[in-house]
Amino acid sequence: MSAPPTSPQDAVRGRPRTAPRPFARTAVPWLYLAPALLVLGALLVYPVYQLGLISLLHYTQAQVSGGEPTTFEGLGNYTELFTDDQFWRVLLATVVFAAACVLCTLAVGCALAVLLTRVRAVPRLALMLAALGAWATPAVTGSTVWLLLFDADFGPVNRLLGLGDHSWTYGRYSAFLLVLLEVVWCSFPFVMVTVYAGIRAVPAEVLEAAALDGASPWRIWRSVLAPILRPILVVVTIQSVIWDFKVFTQIYVMTNGGGIAGQNLVLNVYAYQKAFASSQYGLGSAIGVVMLLILLAVTLVYLRLLRRQGEEL
Amino acid sequence: MNLARARVRRPGRLAAEAAALLIAVVVAFPLYWMVLSAFKPAGEIESSEPRPWTTSPSLASFRRVFGQQEFGRYFLNSLVVAGAVVIASALIAFLAATAVTRFRFRFRTTLLIMFLVAQMVPVEALTIPLFFLMRDFGQLNTLGSLILPHIAFSLPFAIWMLRGFVKAVPEALEEAAAIDGAGRARFLWQILFPLVLPGLVATSVFSFISTWNDFLFAKSFLISDTSQSTLPMALLVFYKPDDPDWGGVMAASTVMTIPVLVFFVLVQRRLVSGLAGAVKD
Repeated sequence: MSAPPTSPQDAVRGRPRTAPRPFARTAVPWLYLAPALLVLGALLVYPVYQLGLISLLHYTQAQVSGGEPTTFEGLGNYTELFTDDQFWRVLLATVVFAAACVLCTLAVGCALAVLLTRVRAVPRLALMLAALGAWATPAVTGSTVWLLLFDADFGPVNRLLGLGDHSWTYGRYSAFLLVLLEVVWCSFPFVMVTVYAGIRAVPAEVLEAAALDGASPWRIWRSVLAPILRPILVVVTIQSVIWDFKVFTQIYVMTNGGGIAGQNLVLNVYAYQKAFASSQYGLGSAIGVVMLLILLAVTLVYLRLLRRQGEEL
Repeated sequence: MNLARARVRRPGRLAAEAAALLIAVVVAFPLYWMVLSAFKPAGEIESSEPRPWTTSPSLASFRRVFGQQEFGRYFLNSLVVAGAVVIASALIAFLAATAVTRFRFRFRTTLLIMFLVAQMVPVEALTIPLFFLMRDFGQLNTLGSLILPHIAFSLPFAIWMLRGFVKAVPEALEEAAAIDGAGRARFLWQILFPLVLPGLVATSVFSFISTWNDFLFAKSFLISDTSQSTLPMALLVFYKPDDPDWGGVMAASTVMTIPVLVFFVLVQRRLVSGLAGAVKD
């Protein structure tokens, strides 16, 4: 942390105008923060607390409608969850799927960002606009469009690849692959644009020097760009992890609510199905708590990384 | 001086440009196919020999979309929700970002870390408690049930991103304004706000998209009153997994995607510099 004015005395030193008013100086930031804290408290912190609470209750349709009193179950929902084979299958699928999405998104995004720096204005604009288009596409429309592209009967992709009427959503892995393609398609632009902006900020001399020394493009990336861009790469990686771990719409729409016999469920959709489709709100909340804890762990790793980089908050 | 110019004379450039164009085509293809299918007559969409063009474009699918339900109303609902969220979260985030960058006070770092942690909270996991919260406040089936949570969920990221922009405004400016007799409110709204506006625009892209795209909240909170529906729900009316009306789905998708595209093209430059500012600071 640097040392700008930390006390009212410092802040006004050398300024003969008015005497400092300590109360105003401490109250003003809180006044500015009040709306944000109010909204976040009511609609984020309180629901998180409630989520934890509901996850400890036996809470189904009967309790919602007031037909039966709510009963405290302790960790009953969690026991039920952890002894359910399906939960572990879904958890594993979520982690593997999110990891695959993040890796593909980062690889594609970084590669294209580098490519953008090596072409003239017209191809660059074309790629940038195409990427912005993919980025702007709402998840629901993206999902339906990709379904049509890969449709067994009317889709152009099967015709192009000569796959006949092969159904992509029937098999577990091909369905996950299809969703992965859509997710990468709509999330690589964020990585590409951010990393590209980062590369643009690197002084050209540095890269010229590396190129003059005969460094290959890969070597330039690994030894020059990647270290400089590390803070940006950390941000986009963490952001991607968070987004891809929470994929809901794509899975819900493309595999029709989790695939045949729930083969394509991820935690988010699983929690939704438990809570809203089968009215087991307590169980659904427990799944939500598990997700929350996993993402909290990711956050802590992120904070450690920031700290190690010595970033000032 | 940028990288592109530094490498003008490299022999691999043509190959790189060809690759860039090819990739641009592949990336844009789904969007092209969406618009194309929206204009194809029904017989051409449901054909086993799909062609990448159409000789007889028709508006039948769009007519079906706008005729079959109150599609215009859903469009308006989506606009109202996204607009309210963008404006409210931008103003609230601006105030909060000013507080955490231009003042030093106790718990400042703690607050910043909390904003960061709040960003990670899986919105979807909170659907269940929010559902009960909205029910208790009689907000189910209203647009408010979508607006309020989305303001809350776009705030942490917006504050985090705006920090860089507020920080970039020199402290000396504030002192100069004070010497010239500008009060705190005047400095805030007439000097700082216009200077931070580009950053606000970049930030609002994210809140706009996440709200416009929202599917889960709309699906969970607007349970019985379909007149309050938003576009994602309206679109899925055409999408029945066993027998989708592809023409209708694609026409509705086109209508839903265009406002976001327009928004994006408008803020494109700001977005790139905004992201650079947000990650650099």
